[in-house]
Amino acid sequence: MNVADLIALLLQHSPALIVAVPLLGAFITPLISRLNDKVRNVFVILTLGLTASLVFLLASDVFTGNIHTYIFGSQDLALPVVRILFEVDAMSAFMAIISVILSLVAVIYSWSFMKENTGLDKYYTLILLMTAGMLGMELTGDLFNFFVFLEITSISSAALVAFWTNKAKSVEAGFKYIVISTIGALFILFSIALFYGQYNALNMAMIASAIQYTFLDKIALVLLIAALAMKAGVVPMHMWLPDAYGKAPSSITLILVGATQASLYGVFRVCFTIYGGAINLSSISIGWILVILGIITMLLGVAMAIIQTDFKRLIAFGAVAEIGYILLGIGTGLVVMLNPEMTTTGLAAMKGGIFHIMNDALDVGLLFLVAGAIYYATKETSLNKLGGLARNMRYTTVFFIIGLLAISGMPPMNGFASKLLIYESTYQLNPILSIIAILSSIMILAVFVKVFHSAFLGPALPKFENVKEVPKSMLIAMGTIATIIIIFGLFPELIVNNIVEPAANALINYGDYVREVIPSFTGGV
Amino acid sequence: MIFNIPFIAVAALILIGLYAVIFKRNLIKMVIGITLIESGVNLFLITLGYREGSIAPIYTSSPGGIMSLPVPQALTLTSIVIGVAVLALMLSLVIHIYRHYGTLDVRKIGGPEE
Repeated sequence: MNVADLIALLLQHSPALIVAVPLLGAFITPLISRLNDKVRNVFVILTLGLTASLVFLLASDVFTGNIHTYIFGSQDLALPVVRILFEVDAMSAFMAIISVILSLVAVIYSWSFMKENTGLDKYYTLILLMTAGMLGMELTGDLFNFFVFLEITSISSAALVAFWTNKAKSVEAGFKYIVISTIGALFILFSIALFYGQYNALNMAMIASAIQYTFLDKIALVLLIAALAMKAGVVPMHMWLPDAYGKAPSSITLILVGATQASLYGVFRVCFTIYGGAINLSSISIGWILVILGIITMLLGVAMAIIQTDFKRLIAFGAVAEIGYILLGIGTGLVVMLNPEMTTTGLAAMKGGIFHIMNDALDVGLLFLVAGAIYYATKETSLNKLGGLARNMRYTTVFFIIGLLAISGMPPMNGFASKLLIYESTYQLNPILSIIAILSSIMILAVFVKVFHSAFLGPALPKFENVKEVPKSMLIAMGTIATIIIIFGLFPELIVNNIVEPAANALINYGDYVREVIPSFTGGV
Repeated sequence: MIFNIPFIAVAALILIGLYAVIFKRNLIKMVIGITLIESGVNLFLITLGYREGSIAPIYTSSPGGIMSLPVPQALTLTSIVIGVAVLALMLSLVIHIYRHYGTLDVRKIGGPEE
């Protein structure tokens, strides 16, 4: 068998392998952990590296316009519900890239960051499980399977949030997270039961082709969006997010960002694919609900960030605000999509929103890693007690400046590219929306400049005299993200045209997604 | 089914569970509330697959007649397994919280940063 055949074979089975490799790796990790700690770390990094290369292989094919399906169970499509289907379109692949990059960077960061902790075999097992769960959520084409992966992600991430069990606040945050996730997941299961009772189908494409928009479907829509938005930390259901983000180890916070975005992906999948036909009938209400949620999320996130004194909690509220931008972009796209005069605006808004998913993950992730680095070096998270660290931690300071500029949407960072798309397109819909969005960005900049001033500038404090730069693995992790941020910021066209636009088109042309499973389906744009 | 009793039971279980989660001050009672919601959802799934007078869907030893739909039962089994994992994790976190604060009352947990 030559190399080309092998790659074709890998590509064909990649949807299954992308989930199977980290899942299998997770359960081998404790065994390898008995040998040697370093071997285990290398093993985990290699497992995620293999997963990442599979994701890139699959994505490179999906972005050219193919939709991949992978059937577990009966290949005979005439029999209903005796199989689980993975269906990968450009949006799924886009989200999978984000998740796998975040996990890989987090594992590299953990090498030094978590070195002094015990129980690391469980830590790495849970990280791999969480990655498998996130990737499964993003690749699956089956609603019940989505629920199962959602629960895998929730359970492993709640355990990881509470990883520092010696800290009361961490355990509390973990408990809060698992309660919220479980209730959300149970409502998702309830709405899956509503679909199953009506259409005898669990496959998203089959439901989308059969859906009648009955009263029960509306209840299911409300439950699905509420539950997934709760898991994504959308205001007014964000109360768990600052706790979980703030109290988890920094490396875990980075993956948690990916997990919340996987839930956000669920919201889009529900709105655009399952209820895709309803969008063509009357998109106005769903779109406006997303826009209003986005605006509230943005404003409240920023307002709460201003008054925080804890470094990580402050960034967590910044992360809440960034989710608002994503919702605003996608919501605007939904609102104007019907209007034939504004299709370019709609597409631009969608592109902005989707591009911002990736930028949000990178920017917020980098800031959390910097906060973790400062905690590692000083054992301090309160902004009131930090100061003058720029003298001791040069690289970390540079990374913080990059993160600061990126999250507040300043050129030449990646945040600027996506926020500009969102500003421009929302201005066409309603100027007030874009004014609020710009105002929030300015406030985010103000907040983070304040943080920069209080943590890095100022006189050298005697207690931080012996603080040293963090170890190499943490610098490599932060450097990787910072490099991606700058590359995305300098060449946004490259990313938008090759990755973001296929993802936006995949969401809008939901008919293609459905036709891959139900060839006779005629709906869709 | 008489008066749709299973569906009424589903609604009652979910509402009681939600009430317990939202209004109870004791962490253990909140956990019980979540398991109640879960039982309600599981019962809903099972009820969807049931037909009056149907038998268990075992094809090899079927005496004939209508069978219940097996898919919701498979879904429920999966959901129960997940539920056990979630329950175990929640209770272990409750144990840790109790060790730190010496109480399970949500009003006394928390307080200033350590």
